[in-house]
Amino acid sequence: MTILQFFLWSLLKVVVVTVVMLMAVAYTVLLERKLVGRIQNRWGPSRVGPFGLLQPLVDGAKLFLKEDLIPTAVYRPLYLIAPVIALGCALISIAVVPFGEPNVGPGGIHFFQISDVNIGLLVILGITSIGVYGIALSGWSSNNKYSLLGSLRSSAQLISYELALGLALVGVVMRAGSLNLRVIVESQAAKGIASWNIFGGFQFVAFLVYLTAAYAETNRAPFDLPEAESELTAGYHTEYSSMKFAMFFMAEYANMITVSCVATLLFLGGWTSPLGNLFPPPENIFAHALFPIFWFVLKVFSFLFLYVWVRGTLPRFRYDQLMNFGWRYLMPIAILNILGTSLWLAYR
Amino acid sequence: MIPISWYLLLSAALFSLGMVGFLVKRNIVTVFMSIELMLNAVNLSFVTFAHQWHMVKGQIFVFFVMVVAAAEAAVGLAIIIAVFRARSTLAVDRIDLMKL
Amino acid sequence: MHLILFIVFAGFCLAGAINLLLQSHPINSALSLIVVMTSLAVLYLLLGAEFLAAAQVIVYAGAIMVLFTFVVMLLNAGREDRTLGSRSARVVGFPAVVVILGVLATVILKAQGLGVVTLSDGITSTADLSTVLFRELLLPFEVTSVLILIAILGAVALARSGDGERTSK
Repeated sequence: MTILQFFLWSLLKVVVVTVVMLMAVAYTVLLERKLVGRIQNRWGPSRVGPFGLLQPLVDGAKLFLKEDLIPTAVYRPLYLIAPVIALGCALISIAVVPFGEPNVGPGGIHFFQISDVNIGLLVILGITSIGVYGIALSGWSSNNKYSLLGSLRSSAQLISYELALGLALVGVVMRAGSLNLRVIVESQAAKGIASWNIFGGFQFVAFLVYLTAAYAETNRAPFDLPEAESELTAGYHTEYSSMKFAMFFMAEYANMITVSCVATLLFLGGWTSPLGNLFPPPENIFAHALFPIFWFVLKVFSFLFLYVWVRGTLPRFRYDQLMNFGWRYLMPIAILNILGTSLWLAYR
Repeated sequence: MIPISWYLLLSAALFSLGMVGFLVKRNIVTVFMSIELMLNAVNLSFVTFAHQWHMVKGQIFVFFVMVVAAAEAAVGLAIIIAVFRARSTLAVDRIDLMKL
Repeated sequence: MHLILFIVFAGFCLAGAINLLLQSHPINSALSLIVVMTSLAVLYLLLGAEFLAAAQVIVYAGAIMVLFTFVVMLLNAGREDRTLGSRSARVVGFPAVVVILGVLATVILKAQGLGVVTLSDGITSTADLSTVLFRELLLPFEVTSVLILIAILGAVALARSGDGERTSK
């Protein structure tokens, strides 16, 4: 494969994945509004299009056409760049996620992964940690006390929970012996649901720790203190309007999707079927390519469902409770899990 | 194809810039950042030499430098916050007394 | 390919470092330092140190610099003001730094037998790195963990003592 072909293929994959990701973000918002509506015994959006299916497009158009206000007291360069950082980091990390069976195409092209990196997991963690700057800078540059408080809370929360998040993943990495996401998925492929890390790998505790930390990382309920509307009006994006607000909004949902993808890959066997090798893989090349994607999307969708369900049912934590929980419970549990997993791997 | 010396020259330039910052800047946080810049420049040399001699230990040295830098940043920033509480200034020239 | 990547990211490094010096507001300096660090991560990748590249982004850009911006935001540090010391530092500092840079550059340029870096040189895998780290250098590793523990205790103690004074007043 020449360099030119490589560039063209990568460009095509990037464009397709970005478009799919943005559509997924839009429809995750609709999913959330519909589900929260049902949980609160109302309908949710139902006017635009059949079952309200066109609502996200209309919302997007509305946000795009709104007047773009820039308050006079903001620190302009950082104020303008902060939403770009937030959305950029949220979208970049999808680049290393494998969506489906790797070796489908001719010529060694990975159709369903933009780039197959040896240190894929670390890349995702690194880009997530850069994403903190979007939130921190937006709060500081807005020159508004609610924004500043929201962004200080958020940076502290992200730094604290990133530790628990990273430590929860160590058990999985030790079991697979690699940081490559594809290798991690393939290590769980053999016996279907019984060999997934969450069940067969005894990583259930790690899974719970990861899930909790991930909810905190994405600023979602019950850990959505940075934008607690009852105390901080809207937290770090109080001063943002129109498209710049929409960028933060999309970044939040894109982060949710990335986190769900990572959870699927690391704990639920990624694109592999829950039935394992019970049935032989389908002969048809299209079915062979599409079934893994079906399983992957199904698993990611169930995570997003869980996100919305949790948001609809649990009340918000208090700030001190949040910090105590992260440092006093999640971190030690994650470390104990590493200890247990390494002992098990050493003496099995 | 890049000669190794280019990487080393870049590292030297970054180190010197860090040193200039350390000497010229008057804000204690920026001075601290210049120290981090110098550490990074040295790390680049370590990685370059690890590549030159095919020694993994050079990279591990960088790993240790990062760990120490993290510890140093935590303690140093705690000290800066303590100083700011006592003096309510960040200018290094105004922090010239040993006692409160 | 390698040449383009090197020139672009080395340029980012130098521009960031110079910008760190020119900016008078600490948060701008912090951001330019982040640019330097992430570009250095790319240079590490070019040199085949992939784990270090990730660690550079996670530890330096993602943790240490977040602490710095956090402190700048918390203290709400404004623009830096010119004081007496800056003049003498300039007079003595600049020539000294130029001399040091000159010495370093001549040593590097005179050195014999330095090789070249190519993209196909192969990368040091994380497994190789950890084998050396945990087999041969286990004791330094453990000592570093003790160091971090001490640093955490020190930071907590420093932060605590400030609170104690305020309540006692």
